[in-house]
Amino acid sequence: MAQVSECVARDIGQYLEAHSGKGLLRFITCGSVDDGKSTLIGRLLYDSKMLHEDQLAALEADSKRVGTQGGELDFALLVDGLSAEREQGITIDVAYRFFSTGRRKFIVADTPGHEQYTRNMVTGASTADLAVLLVDARKGILTQTRRHSYLVGLVGIRQVVLAVNKLDLVEYSRETFERIEAQYREFAARIGIENVVCIPISALRGDNVLVPSGNTPWYHGPTLMGQLETVEIAGGAQDGAFRMPVQWVNRPNQDFRGFSGRIVGGTIRPGARVRVLPSARDTTVVRIVTADGDLEQAEAGQSVTLTLADEIDVSRGDVLVAADDPAAVADQFRATVVWMSDEHMLPGRPYLMKIGARTVGVTFTELHYRINVNTLEHVAAKTLDLNEIGVCNLGLDRPVAFDPYAKNRDMGGFIVIDRISNNTVGAGMIEFALRRADNIHWQAIDVDKGARAALKGQKSCILWFTGLSGSGKSTIANIVEKKLHAAGRHTYLLDGDNVRHGLNKDLGFTDFDRVENIRRVGEVARLMADAGLVTLVSFISPFRAERRMARGLAQEGEFLEVFVDTPLEVAEARDPKGLYRKARRGEIRNFTGIDSPYEPPESCEIRIDTTALSAEAAADHIIARLREAGLIG
Amino acid sequence: MLTHLQRLEAESIDILRETVAECEHPVMLYSIGKDSSVMLHLALKAFYPSKPPFPLLHVDTTWKFREMIAFRDATVARLSLDLIVYVNPEGIRERINPFTHGSALHTDIWKTQGLKQALGHHGFDAAFGGARRDEETSRAKERIFSMRSPQHRWDPKLQRPELWRLYNARKNKGESVRVFPLSNWTELDIWQYIDLNDIPVVPLYFARERPVVERDGTLILVDDERMPLAEGEEPQMRRVRFRTLGCYPLTGAIESDATTLPEIIREMLLSRSSERQGRVIDRDGAASMERKKQEGYF
Repeated sequence: MAQVSECVARDIGQYLEAHSGKGLLRFITCGSVDDGKSTLIGRLLYDSKMLHEDQLAALEADSKRVGTQGGELDFALLVDGLSAEREQGITIDVAYRFFSTGRRKFIVADTPGHEQYTRNMVTGASTADLAVLLVDARKGILTQTRRHSYLVGLVGIRQVVLAVNKLDLVEYSRETFERIEAQYREFAARIGIENVVCIPISALRGDNVLVPSGNTPWYHGPTLMGQLETVEIAGGAQDGAFRMPVQWVNRPNQDFRGFSGRIVGGTIRPGARVRVLPSARDTTVVRIVTADGDLEQAEAGQSVTLTLADEIDVSRGDVLVAADDPAAVADQFRATVVWMSDEHMLPGRPYLMKIGARTVGVTFTELHYRINVNTLEHVAAKTLDLNEIGVCNLGLDRPVAFDPYAKNRDMGGFIVIDRISNNTVGAGMIEFALRRADNIHWQAIDVDKGARAALKGQKSCILWFTGLSGSGKSTIANIVEKKLHAAGRHTYLLDGDNVRHGLNKDLGFTDFDRVENIRRVGEVARLMADAGLVTLVSFISPFRAERRMARGLAQEGEFLEVFVDTPLEVAEARDPKGLYRKARRGEIRNFTGIDSPYEPPESCEIRIDTTALSAEAAADHIIARLREAGLIG
Repeated sequence: MLTHLQRLEAESIDILRETVAECEHPVMLYSIGKDSSVMLHLALKAFYPSKPPFPLLHVDTTWKFREMIAFRDATVARLSLDLIVYVNPEGIRERINPFTHGSALHTDIWKTQGLKQALGHHGFDAAFGGARRDEETSRAKERIFSMRSPQHRWDPKLQRPELWRLYNARKNKGESVRVFPLSNWTELDIWQYIDLNDIPVVPLYFARERPVVERDGTLILVDDERMPLAEGEEPQMRRVRFRTLGCYPLTGAIESDATTLPEIIREMLLSRSSERQGRVIDRDGAASMERKKQEGYF
């Protein structure tokens, strides 16, 4: 960077002009803890003179104190930011670094190589244009190299630099380098990464990092920095059709209504025909409004505000697309999902999905297989754990506009959010829409629920009893049904134990099976209510999310959650079936309240405190509430 | 192809809009410095022709440079924006100052506690901050949307993965989110953007003759009569400017002749020390910024 300093000193105006026209390259570095990744980034920062004297002084002091290079500068310390990590000697999260040269500005995502951190690598790669993969020349291509390559390809990075590091430790052997290169090219071709450049380097010594090394006279390719400065960043998004998710509706007064968002595909001009998705209404762009004046044209990457010719309904989350090349709309997809939470993914459980500026409800309807990222084998699976990758079908609670991820990252990438914790628990890439939803239509039936219930002189409803084993759910539900029956009501009681003997006898007590258990019962209860019955459901149903799912199947006002609130000690003391004793002895696994959690309702229609109320009194109370709600006469 | 500054601008606008769309009660932390000036300028662009749909919040310490306060009030008046100034009453009561209480306590009471009180008092669920990842190592790992517990604590081990441009701003009761629209900007980007967009900044960034005293190798501006002078200590007029702005007793000046933006940028590119060096609070001990951040500092 000496020439930069001279240029700055000579003519700052000229330097600034040149600098303001520079492009930006975002890349990630991946490799194992020992491949020298942090050292390489530290070296790039050091050699491009991005370090100041005080930072250098801190680096020298730290190198002596905790360094691993025997008192010599330990570049890794520049990069390993958090104190906990320094002590462990590994990078545990994604860190972003910045440097620039005369030609480009760079943002580097430093991502860990440790096995359990697939999540971080995918995160870092999601915004990168290029990946630098490090391998130790002494070890060659490892399982981990293959795993990183697969992830890089999965996230859609098409440019890879294989930096064969620590070449100084193999006497700068050409044969070693060429063997590793050949091996890697063969593998990369198999997983669809086309653009690979292999460079022999020593991050520690600086060989071929910024300047060609005298130690590798047989190598005639670019240096690492040379490659980063000149590699063509694939346009991709600019070349595609116009896409803009509407982020915010801009309404300063009655006379202006603009739609703000970031263009994620193609270009737009005033006069262009656009379609609003998913509503599929067409209109014309009138103005491209920015604070710096209206634009004649805007392209992918820019944040703009558009005004439209017609007063049509457009709200946050809708997508404006080229009318002659629109995106597709669907509510069922096949997607590859990376799971990022300690709590495993449960097919059937309702989650949220954010795609573009829209958040919708989503369930994983089917998990086809898990991918072993080391061998790329497909493995049968019922669930996904942290850092596992699977191919699944998803069902949304309403349709969204999308493009396949391979075509447009911003139109096909989504995150999965847990409804309770609100954490981001997964990330996915849409492959294609499933046609099934279009082909199975609802059969319209003339006699409807209201008609069936009216004939019985009642209204349909679902009374959902939840509580610990032994809380008294079934006892109370049984009395309620007897009383309703005696009063001439048409009822049905679905009891957890009974249903498990038949419909759900294939299910056990894992979290996955519990979710499926409740899904099936929720559906059956919905059918019963549809038949016009007062339906009673007595299931432990320990998870809030599943109870919410069951509630979602019912009509508004038709679902009453009855929390049979009995403290664990009381239920355990009663122990009518002797199950708590067995669970305590370890003879039953995943027993609610013992080694599997019970999540009490945060709000329910009816709460029964069984320590204060007899079963008989509880039943009377519930029937009184049904009467109040107008569900029985 | 967009230039790197165009890409950064578009990303920041995207972040500002997303926060406003997803959060109920956002606020912009306005600290009057160059980064705040850029962040405010981006907010004006993001919501144009509407005004930014949130107030500015300045957590004052009563020890800011006088020129900063004058600049703040002029900016707010010029743009007719809502400004909330919050001063921690405990700080006033205890007369907290860096001279008798030291920089660590001073910063904790006025800034960290003051900020938490102000956010809680007004019930803000999202706060924009002008921090950049290139400033400091622990910042380099922080998300753009960074969750805070109801106690305003940051847990670096419990950060949400942040992919593509999909920001998850959903919160549980009592939680809030700090949003950093300038995460991917560097000091050079900031100055260049100020230059290209003619954004006004506090005149303290430009060199001028100012009265200073030298303490432990740091030049401190004698900004008002509260500055205690040692026996025989005489403020000297020197040609100085500031690379960062904060509380005047804790912010070191540098000797400089730079009076224009290109000269400031030139000096920065040729300088041998980083911008936070002038800040006394970063040197309070190893990993001090990380610890402060965990406790709720911005």
